[in-house]
Amino acid sequence: MLNASLKELAAALAQKKISSAELTKLFLDRASRLNSALNAFITVESEKSLAQARAADERIAKGDAMPLTGIPVAHKDIFVTKGWRTTCGSKMLSNFVSPYDAHVIERFNAAGAVILGKTNMDEFAMGSSSETSFYGPVKNPWNQERVPGGSSGGSTAAIAARMAPAATGTDTGGSIRQPAALSGVSGLKPTYGLVSRYGMIAFASSLDQGGPIAKSAEDLALLLNVMAGFDRRDSTSVERAAEDYRRELDRPLAGLRVGVPKEHFGEGLAADVGKAIEAALAQLDKLGAKRVSISLPNSGLSVPAYYVIAPAEASSNLSRFDGVRYGHRAKNYRDLADMYFRTRAEGFGAEVRRRILIGTYVLSHGYYDAYYLKAQKIRRLIADDFAAAFKQCDVIVGPTAPTVAFKIGAKAADPVQMYLNDIYTIPANLAGLPAMSIPCGFGKDDLPVGLHIVGNYFSEAKMLNLAHQYQKATDWHQREPAGIRP
Amino acid sequence: MKWEIVIGLETHAQLSTASKMFSGASTAFGAAPNSQASAVDIALPGVLPVANKGAVERAIRFGLAVGGEKVINRRSVFARKNYFYPDLPKGYQISQYELPIVKGGEIRILTKSGEKAIRLTRAHLEEDAGKSLHEAFRDSSGIDLNRAGVPLLEIVSEPDMRSAEEAVTYAKALHALVRWIGICDGNMQEGSFRCDANVSVRRPGAPLGTRCEIKNLNSFRFLEHAIEFEAKRQIEILEDGGKIVQETRLYDADRDETRSMRTKEEAHDYRYFPDPDLLPLEVSDAWIAQVRASMPELPQARHGKFIALGLLRDQANQHIASREAATFALATFTGAPAKEIPDLSNWITGPLSARLNEANLDFAHSRIAPEQLRTLVARINDGTLSGKMAKEVFDAMWAGEGTADEIIEKRGLKQLSDVSAIEKIVDEVLAKNAKQVEDYRAGKEKAFNSLVGQVMKATQGKANPAQVNEILKRKLAG
Repeated sequence: MLNASLKELAAALAQKKISSAELTKLFLDRASRLNSALNAFITVESEKSLAQARAADERIAKGDAMPLTGIPVAHKDIFVTKGWRTTCGSKMLSNFVSPYDAHVIERFNAAGAVILGKTNMDEFAMGSSSETSFYGPVKNPWNQERVPGGSSGGSTAAIAARMAPAATGTDTGGSIRQPAALSGVSGLKPTYGLVSRYGMIAFASSLDQGGPIAKSAEDLALLLNVMAGFDRRDSTSVERAAEDYRRELDRPLAGLRVGVPKEHFGEGLAADVGKAIEAALAQLDKLGAKRVSISLPNSGLSVPAYYVIAPAEASSNLSRFDGVRYGHRAKNYRDLADMYFRTRAEGFGAEVRRRILIGTYVLSHGYYDAYYLKAQKIRRLIADDFAAAFKQCDVIVGPTAPTVAFKIGAKAADPVQMYLNDIYTIPANLAGLPAMSIPCGFGKDDLPVGLHIVGNYFSEAKMLNLAHQYQKATDWHQREPAGIRP
Repeated sequence: MKWEIVIGLETHAQLSTASKMFSGASTAFGAAPNSQASAVDIALPGVLPVANKGAVERAIRFGLAVGGEKVINRRSVFARKNYFYPDLPKGYQISQYELPIVKGGEIRILTKSGEKAIRLTRAHLEEDAGKSLHEAFRDSSGIDLNRAGVPLLEIVSEPDMRSAEEAVTYAKALHALVRWIGICDGNMQEGSFRCDANVSVRRPGAPLGTRCEIKNLNSFRFLEHAIEFEAKRQIEILEDGGKIVQETRLYDADRDETRSMRTKEEAHDYRYFPDPDLLPLEVSDAWIAQVRASMPELPQARHGKFIALGLLRDQANQHIASREAATFALATFTGAPAKEIPDLSNWITGPLSARLNEANLDFAHSRIAPEQLRTLVARINDGTLSGKMAKEVFDAMWAGEGTADEIIEKRGLKQLSDVSAIEKIVDEVLAKNAKQVEDYRAGKEKAFNSLVGQVMKATQGKANPAQVNEILKRKLAG
């Protein structure tokens, strides 16, 4: 059951081979056994989960089940969840119990899925290693001295360690795809606007997008069917007809034009990762895809542009955490200004404070044009690069991250080195394009490598088709880490 | 040499929507603290704003009223104005900055020296902040977020006014306009309409002086006093050889003075940037046309109609003081003979306005209907009522005793205009008052008045006084 696909789990539930309560208990037990080692979950509330599971069982008994009814799903602790503590990985919200559900949670609840717990993450999703969490770093199940990637590292580690069959994440600059790559699992960041951001605690509003994390592309398609959908409470939510993201999974790849950006294979890409990606490209050739060499000439500007736009938006988005209405408030303070200073200095960790400072600086009078406006222009250029590329190809493929998982603490002192981890993933966020990562082999120290797939707007079904066909021909996504020491 | 005062106003008009600018919470005034603050207004983690279509529509109405389609930006952008304050839940206010929904337009006012156009710089949509309550608590402050998120239209004028009086005239015209087009209830006590004034002084012809902004003037009287005080303060400084420091000042109504809040150096850096949670606001031509079709006739058009009906400019101006007033006047004039319109106008602006003011009512709630007023004036013109009787009938109508004709009937107020009947009574009076007749003929004018009085008394005041005069004169001469 721990290795079963969502389709298999749904079938087992439908055929009464297992109840949702039993299935939920199975994963809760495994999660509680491994969490002390991996720190993938911030909050687990077995009673709440089991109550939901029993309700799902009733629904199944009544013949009222939907594809995910009764299946436990772990949610990144960035989605506010009614009655659950929702911390966003921060001390600031260590006591915050949400009075309402995020749109994504509502949709999973409506589908009858079970909330398995809230997963660990970089504080306010700011990080590429899941080390900046107030609740301690997440360990990579493949090697516990390594990071799982971030910021959705709790969710990817939970999937890799089979503590959950499915999970959610959010991706602002690579926060689903990079940890998926480093943890050896599959993750998808949909087109901006496809999944409602309502109730998803904002990091950088124009870049944030929620998405699914699972073992396979087929599972991702099933999860995306539930997560995607118009929501009038999010003005950036796109109103379009619902689609079944599984519909193209079985289409052969013959004739599919796969663009390979030369800029993503140059300096900075580790040899072991490059080798695994080359092998994956060869596999796609074998499946009948047509390789096209493309160029994304401005992609080198994406990291600097991102580190202006994202902190700018974050500095404003995080202003609401002021100790006045909810969340952490300093115990002792002299006056109002002192209350703000102390509350925010105590409540936010170093990386969050750094980004608030950067963001405040780039929006300041006299600097706005030089930084923020310039970055927005670069953003336009990067979107134009993709538009030109998609005239030559159907999907773009390359490495998700430049290296395999690095050691915990290795880049903590050098933010720029840390930021460069997202060099291949950030452009898709800046352009608002859908992108995903799937396991495609192992590099140095037997650590997983991820294959990055970027599609044109709303072409999730096509990307999932490519990923599924690749996964039918390979078994990288079925490998699981051995010897996790509880 | 004289000083010239230069004034520009920034006016916040609360838009009359049932729900807030970016949330579904109610905007009703006076509810228990925080009972009208939704998750969005409290700025819980994860919530997002959605722009209120009704508020946008009201801004379009305003644009159409002050300048037509050309002043409405087809694409405007919501921006974040960032600052920390406990009654600002998100830590930023959503406003419009570089691209407001209305750019340009004008308000025409009547000044001592004639009509004047006050140019508008812009009008933009924004949300209000909450309220801090400092009095009710010891060692802490209360926050009421009912107001947070209430939709406002900030209307910014050019520095086109040259006296406190002009500024007040402009503010009153703007106040009448926003109520006229139904976008703001204009209630100044509840803060639905409030002004900030930018005031500077200069020698005529010189470049603009350094300005000070006076905040939160919520009555026309405060506006006038604050500007007068501020101009005087600046002139005194300059005449003493000093310099004006650009600053924000607060008007203290109790002391009737302005005092410094913060100088330019202390001003916030608001770090405006486009709100990524909201898409640019697109306004289509079709939408504008739809809003235009739902607009009432504007004051200037009504004014033209009244002039065309033969009213004087001043009189016409009084009728357009509010939409209710204009609607009442037009309803009254419609169907009245042209020659009676000036009289009707006088009844409206005179006795009826006075009664309404006393009772604190607007024209929509007048106790005398337009057709009642028309009948009253018709009865004066056809000789049925004397002026004195008309006043009595008017008072009775106000008291709810019925139509003019019913009151005339009930009270037997019909004026006696039958010449032969009056002649008969005059003859009787002359016969009984030989002494007065003699006195009059001897040149004592007073005797005539006494004879008139006798005739009126004999007819219980119903005789047409003009006719009595004429007949008496004729008979005495004969």
